[in-house]
Amino acid sequence: MIQLLLLLAISPLISGLIKTLKARMQTRRGPGVLQFYRDLYKLFRKGMVIPDTASWIFTAAPYVVFVTTAMAGLMLPMTSTKAPLDLFGGVLAIVYLLGLGRFFLALAGMDTGSSFGGLGSSREMTISALAEPAMMLAVFTVAIAANSTNLSEVARSAVGQNWRFFAPAQMLACAALYLVLIAETGRIPVDNPATHLELTMVHEAMILEYSGPHLALIEWAASMKQLVLMTLLVNVFWPFGLAVGPSVPGALGGLGWLLLKLGLLSCSIVLVETTNAKLRLFRVPEMLAVAFTLGTLALVSTFLF
Amino acid sequence: MPSVEVLFSAGLAAYMAGALAGLAAWRRPAAARVAGFALALAGTLLQAAASAVALVQGAGATWTLPLGTALFPWTASLDPLSAYFNLALAFLACAISVYSFGYVQHMEGKRNVGALAFFYNLLLLSLTLVFTAANAFSFLVAWEVMALVAYCLVSFEHEKAEARRAGVVFLVMSHAGTGLLLVAFLVLAATAGSLDFARFHLLGSQLPPLTQGVVFLLFFLGFGVKAGIVPLHIWLPDAHAVSPSNVSALMSGIVIKTGIYGMARVFFDFFGPPPLWTGTMVLAIGVASALLGVLYALMEHDLKRLLAYHSIENIGIILMGFGAALMFRALGHGNLAAVALVAGLYHTFNHATFKGLLFLGAGSVLHGTGTRNMEHMGGLIRRMPATALFFLVGSVAISGLPPLNGFVSEWLTYQALLAGFGSTESLTRMMFPIAGALLALTAALAAACFVKAFGIPFLALPRSEAAAAAKEAPVSMRIGMGILAAGCVALGVGATWFVRLFDPITSQALGLRVSSSLVAANGLALAAGTGRGGTVSTAGIAVLGLALGGIAAILVMLRSRGARRVSGPTWDCGLPGLTADNQYTATAFSKPLRMIFSALYRPRREIQAEYEVSPYYPTAIRFESDIQPTFEKHFYDPLRRSIMDLARRMRGIQAGSVHAYLAYIFVTLILLLLFGVRG
Repeated sequence: MIQLLLLLAISPLISGLIKTLKARMQTRRGPGVLQFYRDLYKLFRKGMVIPDTASWIFTAAPYVVFVTTAMAGLMLPMTSTKAPLDLFGGVLAIVYLLGLGRFFLALAGMDTGSSFGGLGSSREMTISALAEPAMMLAVFTVAIAANSTNLSEVARSAVGQNWRFFAPAQMLACAALYLVLIAETGRIPVDNPATHLELTMVHEAMILEYSGPHLALIEWAASMKQLVLMTLLVNVFWPFGLAVGPSVPGALGGLGWLLLKLGLLSCSIVLVETTNAKLRLFRVPEMLAVAFTLGTLALVSTFLF
Repeated sequence: MPSVEVLFSAGLAAYMAGALAGLAAWRRPAAARVAGFALALAGTLLQAAASAVALVQGAGATWTLPLGTALFPWTASLDPLSAYFNLALAFLACAISVYSFGYVQHMEGKRNVGALAFFYNLLLLSLTLVFTAANAFSFLVAWEVMALVAYCLVSFEHEKAEARRAGVVFLVMSHAGTGLLLVAFLVLAATAGSLDFARFHLLGSQLPPLTQGVVFLLFFLGFGVKAGIVPLHIWLPDAHAVSPSNVSALMSGIVIKTGIYGMARVFFDFFGPPPLWTGTMVLAIGVASALLGVLYALMEHDLKRLLAYHSIENIGIILMGFGAALMFRALGHGNLAAVALVAGLYHTFNHATFKGLLFLGAGSVLHGTGTRNMEHMGGLIRRMPATALFFLVGSVAISGLPPLNGFVSEWLTYQALLAGFGSTESLTRMMFPIAGALLALTAALAAACFVKAFGIPFLALPRSEAAAAAKEAPVSMRIGMGILAAGCVALGVGATWFVRLFDPITSQALGLRVSSSLVAANGLALAAGTGRGGTVSTAGIAVLGLALGGIAAILVMLRSRGARRVSGPTWDCGLPGLTADNQYTATAFSKPLRMIFSALYRPRREIQAEYEVSPYYPTAIRFESDIQPTFEKHFYDPLRRSIMDLARRMRGIQAGSVHAYLAYIFVTLILLLLFGVRG
């Protein structure tokens, strides 16, 4: 319950932070860190326009995306090594729950009957299909090391080995997962979250017809998905500060560390976004092939070193 | 409670009666339909009861059926493995029989409904006999009858050239496979001195190493043809696409599973721990079939051919489980082998359920719109809401998404593959995680494919008048689909209950029971069962998801109370009105993947534009695009040519002269006599 609130509360903050930092890097003032909260608040009070070509899939999709993302977040250790719902599933369930949300969002994109929706769905499904094996290899590397796909187990085995990420396998897997993170959260150079130009849109094209509370749910879910993947990366590879037992000071300390790590990761994402140009769509597979290769090398090095 | 034997025999009798009813009412289509499919339904219910009881009891008695000859008695047995496959058959065929009441009605007066009912019941009968045969003779006879009946059903709409061609390709491939099986069975029979399967138990491992390898390969290829593994799959897409949809569902759900049954029987009953290379080979072929199956499916716009290619994919996933099980057995990890075997067998049942459902859904669409081409469909969710819902359930299940059944078996496969990494020290261990990663790619591509397969036909605007005027399927067809959709949900959410059914099978095949290690938290969650951590609870995910979704919906409703909620036109870029022509097509949807995997597809496209003033204002455009069928072109075409060539040369000895033929007979006789004297 606490973690659910935490997910809902922090995710807009991280999205806002990235946006603000990016603006500063580009010597713009940009919106404040809290702008995302204000956007959500406003969207929830707005009316909705639902395309007259759409079916019930269009209405159901925002809820499916929102709920699956939240559930994925609950299977993840955030402040302590114990994830609230670790019995319900581990890292495989997280990947497939996010997949379920994406499946419905892609269908909703096609439901509107506009070319943009189909374009976005087609690209989103393509990119995510290519990102999936790289992600699995990176995840397998840590799962094999911890002898479990359950993330609480993974975190528990990592605690106390704070410098483990210097091991070659961990570094390579981390790099692979980082590339996947960029692709899955729709960041430059794969997708541009700020664009509405038809040639370059991916995620935005899918959700072009949404408005009001539905749009708010989707934006919030996208932001939570970003938080989930970022937390996965930081807590699995740098388990600093994860509380081991259920204690209040431990949890607060864990929260502090989590925010610090997420802040650092956000900075690196901002750097990548600012220093790179968006790739042509057909160059994205090459980037994901690099991620796949890194994942394979990570696995090979687990038994070479 | 009648005994298993009584239920089983009564079920067989019902199938026979159904076939006879079809023949008897040859000229009265309505009577043939009702009697034929009612008896088939009764037969499936009896068989389901017999198989379920036999599976729970675990022990298999052997009965002699009055079908054989004095020299070759027909023995049948419902041991756990047979009972499991027979149960899958009965469950699927039950739903299909209900569906057929409505589906076959539109054929009355146009096609021979009596013949359809006859062949349908005969197919169910021969399938049951294949699964339960307890000696090589009855197995091969039932196998042949099944192939011939399936041929008749594939070519049922025989006025179409594509149906005749698909039938012939199926028949040729099928017989080539049977030839391989015959040799393999004869080698085993010669060693055992008997045709009984009971005598074949663990016999394969007592053969000399070379023979053992050859026999294993013969079995694998012979059953592989029927299962549709790459590169022996070329008959499958055509055969499944052209048959009537209720038959397609049966073909894809169960007929190809006879190959899987045969492999399970050979790999885990006739053979003991096999050499490592056999498992490596099966795993590699499984990965190749899964990946190529889904990649070819992505390029299909014929709804039924698309589903047929997905059968190849899912057979690949099943074989990944089997291959891993063989490897673990060779490496001496009995427990892991049992988990991998459970994953493969679970996926077998799951695939029968969701693929049966999807083919029935495709049949309803075909029934409603009269076309299989997705580019002519669209917006069917409004005209056919129930079919759309059931097709969506099937799509989510086949994409391996939680909480439905496809997810459970893929999750078990992942766990088995991950555990494989620690099972050996050699470089072979890299195969497991790579196979796992490629399984992830397969599943993600399948999801992409089913966004297309559901989105293009069912969502947005109709692309043709036929789609705009489509009619929902009759009640019986909806009930048939509903049964299978409920099966997808039950097999997913109730996974911890269903894994217990595998205990008799693993204990028969490997002498181990693993279900207790596959269940955690008092049956709430499924555990990895491989001495590793990792749990998943589909029931928990389903309940929590519904609860959270409900809360979110209520909160949004409260929050946006009083806000306007209007329906408006989709953004059309300022052009006058959105039409179906603005929509993304199936071809466009799969374009990025066609470009990315162009090395495999070798796509060809041709664009012709006509214009009057400037090329920027064309008056008409013709677009043509296709992909190159690699296997047909580089393997089967040369093979076919060389066979034809050989046949032409052989024509010389068949000159039509009686004297020459007498000479041939004489020479053969002499040779046989010499052979007999020497032996």
